[in-house]
Amino acid sequence: MEISVLLFASWSDALGPSVTVRVPAVATVRDVMEAVLARAGGRALPKPLVAVNHRYAKPESPVRAGDEVALIPPVAGG
Amino acid sequence: MRTAIVDHPLDPAALLAEVASTESGASTLFVGTVRRVNEGKLVSGIDYSAYGPMAESELATIANEAASRFGTTRIAVEHRLGTLALGEASIIIAVSHERRAAAMDAQRFLIEEIKKRVPVWKREHYADGSREWVDPTAGVVAGGAA
Repeated sequence: MEISVLLFASWSDALGPSVTVRVPAVATVRDVMEAVLARAGGRALPKPLVAVNHRYAKPESPVRAGDEVALIPPVAGG
Repeated sequence: MRTAIVDHPLDPAALLAEVASTESGASTLFVGTVRRVNEGKLVSGIDYSAYGPMAESELATIANEAASRFGTTRIAVEHRLGTLALGEASIIIAVSHERRAAAMDAQRFLIEEIKKRVPVWKREHYADGSREWVDPTAGVVAGGAA
């Protein structure tokens, strides 16, 4: 399936505000992360976390068609 | 209890008034501001951006955690986005509680958790014209320092 992944901060600067990646029909956060990392090529970008439907998700968490998936680079609010 | 991500200048007095109560013996006000020097570099301003829907929900979650942990719902938090000049407030946290220790502990909990968890990013503008995303995890080994 294809998953659209939202990007922010340095990741958005490098790859645009979102990328669409192809992952297995039964996919995990780890699969999505690896697919997006492959797009980044050799660029030095800070290690992100992943959010699914606005919540931080573990690498082994499932990703389903229609989920809102986002890469969250190191946050710096406050 | 109220939390919000906003794009207008913040008003500390308004948030303090919002949490005030005759049940309270203490109110605390935290104001985070744009600082002139960061990591030895002269800062001229900061762009704040966010993953809006998640930032809103994470901020609300943290406030709920603070309420159950410290025993007060008299909490107001606003985080500002956009381009801020030196000295401008990026975040205001107001907490009111029967007791001062709990008010101060709740406030400290809120700012520390917000800094760790809310998806907000800042890009500093430097006096030499360069710009850089701030990465609190970068430490001494990461690249990117101009």
